[in-house]
Amino acid sequence: MKVYASVLKIRLLIGMQYRSAALAGVATQFFWGFISIMVFEAFYQFAAVTPPISLKELITYIWLQQAFLAFIMLWFRDNELFDLITSGNISYELCRPTDLYGFWYAKLLAQRLSSALLRCYPILIVAFFLPKPYNMTLPPNVITFILFVITLLLGLLLLVAISMFLYISVFVTLSPMGSLLIFGVLGEFFAGLIIPIPLMPLWLQKIAYVLPFRWTADFPFRVYSGHIVQSDAIIGVFIQLGYLLGLLWLGKVALNSVLRRVVVQGG
Amino acid sequence: MIKLEGISKSFKVPKRSNGLLQATKSLFYREHTIVEALNEISFAINPGEIVGYIGPNGAGKSTTIKIMSGILVPDGGTCSIMGFTPWKDRVEYVKNIGVVFGQRSQLWWDVPVIDSFELLKDIYKIPPQDYKTTLDLLIETLELKDIINAPVRQLSLGQRMRCEIAASLLHNPNILFLDEPTIGLDAVSKIAVRQFIKTINQEKGVTVVLTTHDMNDIEALANRVILIGKGSLLYDGKIEELRKRFGTHKTITADYRKNTNSFDIPGTTIIHWSPEHTVLSIDTEQTLTSDVITQLSKKVDLVDVTIESQPIEDIIVQLYKEFQI
Repeated sequence: MKVYASVLKIRLLIGMQYRSAALAGVATQFFWGFISIMVFEAFYQFAAVTPPISLKELITYIWLQQAFLAFIMLWFRDNELFDLITSGNISYELCRPTDLYGFWYAKLLAQRLSSALLRCYPILIVAFFLPKPYNMTLPPNVITFILFVITLLLGLLLLVAISMFLYISVFVTLSPMGSLLIFGVLGEFFAGLIIPIPLMPLWLQKIAYVLPFRWTADFPFRVYSGHIVQSDAIIGVFIQLGYLLGLLWLGKVALNSVLRRVVVQGG
Repeated sequence: MIKLEGISKSFKVPKRSNGLLQATKSLFYREHTIVEALNEISFAINPGEIVGYIGPNGAGKSTTIKIMSGILVPDGGTCSIMGFTPWKDRVEYVKNIGVVFGQRSQLWWDVPVIDSFELLKDIYKIPPQDYKTTLDLLIETLELKDIINAPVRQLSLGQRMRCEIAASLLHNPNILFLDEPTIGLDAVSKIAVRQFIKTINQEKGVTVVLTTHDMNDIEALANRVILIGKGSLLYDGKIEELRKRFGTHKTITADYRKNTNSFDIPGTTIIHWSPEHTVLSIDTEQTLTSDVITQLSKKVDLVDVTIESQPIEDIIVQLYKEFQI
């Protein structure tokens, strides 16, 4: 456990070295958040039927999305791990007395945690004090908030488990770009990051509900706004857990099989 | 301590000739060639030895080191190091070894060296007291005091290499694998690194396996060399023996008062001649050095004579030639 704490520490240290990057990130996310909200606002004004998610819930959804970007985006990657694999520095990782899957999982988790810790507060705080209707609102009650925290964290663990497959695929392809694009586009779309899932056509919703992606973002954000009722949220937590265990197991098997065939080239 | 028996490893490499046509063809059909990186390599190393592992580029040195450190899985053969099979008992085994890959880095690029060390401390679960003593020792012997708080990206190659070596030794390993540890280092750093390797070998009894292309490293450190070429083991033994077997040539350089008559001494080859200076090469198995000098002194007024053994580099070149590798 201590190893994982140290990895988190060193990641935070690195993250803090790049203050301007963090600031720029915050600015971008505000910009993006406003644009999205205004687009949806325009759509909502001229909607012929009542949309399945209210504008207020949607705005909260978008701000949460921007604040926890590092928790939910598949393209948010650790280039260092890609470099390790493609440059052969993975040699050193294999000389450590740790299980590689666990170690990398901790690294990825730490990177997302450190990044979110540095960036979520300014966005959340400012979003609360924005003029109506652009402001973020508190969850309906304390239990909802607790459920939100649980589902958000489980979602993060799930996302890291999904992203591990990206890194594993690089062992085979040796270039992260392809996997990143496919994973990034599909994953983001089916996580409801481009269009919230309730606004998708029904047939697409069905697909999204089967895939694991939406449990990382769409689900916790809708739990927060109360759009998903508490009893459904509790069932959802178990589904998240099921997916998490399944993907962790699958990832471990996949990593062990690529490691057996790994070739570190060059002297 | 270290025992390799019949270790073989081959790589499947896609074959591709140059040109657009060939490149297009290889999109659909790829030919592969099997490259035999290691072919039935066997040797044993005892505790406390320093072994130089040499061979020309592409001989399979790094592959062997990678197999011995549990990174690569060989195709065949057995390897037992301290009772472990490296690639099978990887996690348990690697606690006991330290590895330095001269061409790679294990330090975190953006943070001070000491932060990387702290992380390694937790990865290897080093008790705080042990960590402190080892670190102090490393800081002192490798002269890291001034650089340990600087981010790795600001270090020069030599400074970084010293930190890499320190990082590989924090957990007090019993075996140290060094894959070209002196690559790219200046003379001063090289000597510092060599001195340090010698010290830990003598004081802590660390077994060292070292690959390098710098024969001075080998001469300064190793009493035993293992030579491989094209994946096969060619020589395993003392370095002096190598000298005796292959280093029988000596060079005699003589300066003398002006003498315009050229001369010929039986058993020698003239490499260079001028009225005041000559360089001769002799084979000590056929001609005695003293005989040559006696003859020389009869023919010219000697001012100065130097006798040089063949440099180890030349011996190695000769060896490579002899084995056709």
